[in-house]
Amino acid sequence: MTKQQANWSPYDNNGGSCVAIAGADYCVIAADTRMSTGYNILTRDYSKITKLADKCVMASSGFQADVKALQKLLAARHLIYQHQHNKQMGCPAMAQLLSNTLYYKRFFPYYSFNVLGGLDNEGKGCVYTYDAVGSYERVGYSSQGSGSTLIMPFLDNQLKSPSPLLLPVQDAITPLSESEAVDLVKTVFASATERDIYTGDKLEIVVLNAEGIQREFMDLRKD
Amino acid sequence: MFRNQYDTDVTTWSPAGRLFQVEYAMEAVKQSSAAIGLRSKTHVVLACVNKASSELSSHQKKIFKVDDHIGVAIAGLTADGHVLSRYMRNECINYNFTYESPLPVGRLVVQLADKAQVCTQRSWKRSYGVGVLVAGLDESGAHLYYNCPSGNYFEYQAFAIGSRWQAAMTYLERRFENFMDSSREDLIKDALISVRETLQEEKLQISVCTVAVVGVGEPFHILDQETVRKLIDTFEIVREDGSPAPEPGDAAPDLGEAAPAAAAEEGAAPMDI
Repeated sequence: MTKQQANWSPYDNNGGSCVAIAGADYCVIAADTRMSTGYNILTRDYSKITKLADKCVMASSGFQADVKALQKLLAARHLIYQHQHNKQMGCPAMAQLLSNTLYYKRFFPYYSFNVLGGLDNEGKGCVYTYDAVGSYERVGYSSQGSGSTLIMPFLDNQLKSPSPLLLPVQDAITPLSESEAVDLVKTVFASATERDIYTGDKLEIVVLNAEGIQREFMDLRKD
Repeated sequence: MFRNQYDTDVTTWSPAGRLFQVEYAMEAVKQSSAAIGLRSKTHVVLACVNKASSELSSHQKKIFKVDDHIGVAIAGLTADGHVLSRYMRNECINYNFTYESPLPVGRLVVQLADKAQVCTQRSWKRSYGVGVLVAGLDESGAHLYYNCPSGNYFEYQAFAIGSRWQAAMTYLERRFENFMDSSREDLIKDALISVRETLQEEKLQISVCTVAVVGVGEPFHILDQETVRKLIDTFEIVREDGSPAPEPGDAAPDLGEAAPAAAAEEGAAPMDI
């Protein structure tokens, strides 16, 4: 008697890629806007990026229904925090909250691959990268999603410090300027779009700095 | 009110059909420092008197933001008010989560009233000792409600609760017909004058009063001290000779008789203050 297999899965993968890069006083978060299922495109205009707090933005790829549920939960928790503390949540606090929220569903996970970007309490850029169940780490840059296998090695090539064993852990910040980082992101997505069928249509770039939040769009290949 | 043999439990009726414990809860509201609310077609203003127990201590927080479109002012046991505010905030967050839209004010006050009613019908509970003025905006316009410890609630054009509420009410009763079309500034000015009425001998200063506003295109927020100070100065609300400042839109101030206090003697139970 063979083991019973499920004839239905609660999950679906809507594809897409996300990237975040931390700078000395800025943070760039980007994601494509294609939402797919299987070999079909559901829409070319879906944002995977959400603002969680004044200084904290999240980009998530994976199962967008779970992503939406996760975003709503975090937004509600942030409201409670604001009522209790009389201030916005900082990025490191939100990072821990996201981790705990993901682990809470350790045995029926959010199918959501997240990248959190923002400014830390000192105003420096910070990026946190997650797996589906909440394991997270502060890094200088990260990518998640269907194109991450194509994007991450390129980011390593461009941004990774030559001897990570010698450099202190805190120096997880790229020496690039804000405009250089945005250009790098555009280059990276243009390349990923070429070979990853789930990445394309349009690129949404969000930049967080002392002035606030700016949003920019760039067209990508639609095939 | 005097002690009697029917006032020990909230679950004991008096022969006259009154629940004395609930009425005592409403007394707690009357004894505390005042809170006032007024509304126009587009704005609702809450103002309250902030009494500190001593010069060394901070003032009690009596105005709470519940959501972008709803705020409350409380009078009575502040701790109870804090708990009810937390409940209201949660309700707003949960409703927004489910329906992606703001909780209509009328729905919230019903939930709050039912919550208060529960405490009037359980032998192991006591009533909430706090009156809540709920100021909110929703699709049907600007609203001001008063929630009583008894579980009753009414909608008001303007209302005052707490100590010397009659003085503020006299002023509001004289002026309320104009409120619907009042501008935001006039509404705030009327609120400050009402607060001044409850203070009697004391000077109206920013240290004793707090003002909050919610309106169309204006999320609920407490006005900062500087803004309130400027308003008090601009409106010349306090005068050395004690005579009231010219009221918005009035020719000459009219000092009417203060309305008699609500009858708490034998007779109809004062279930709506």
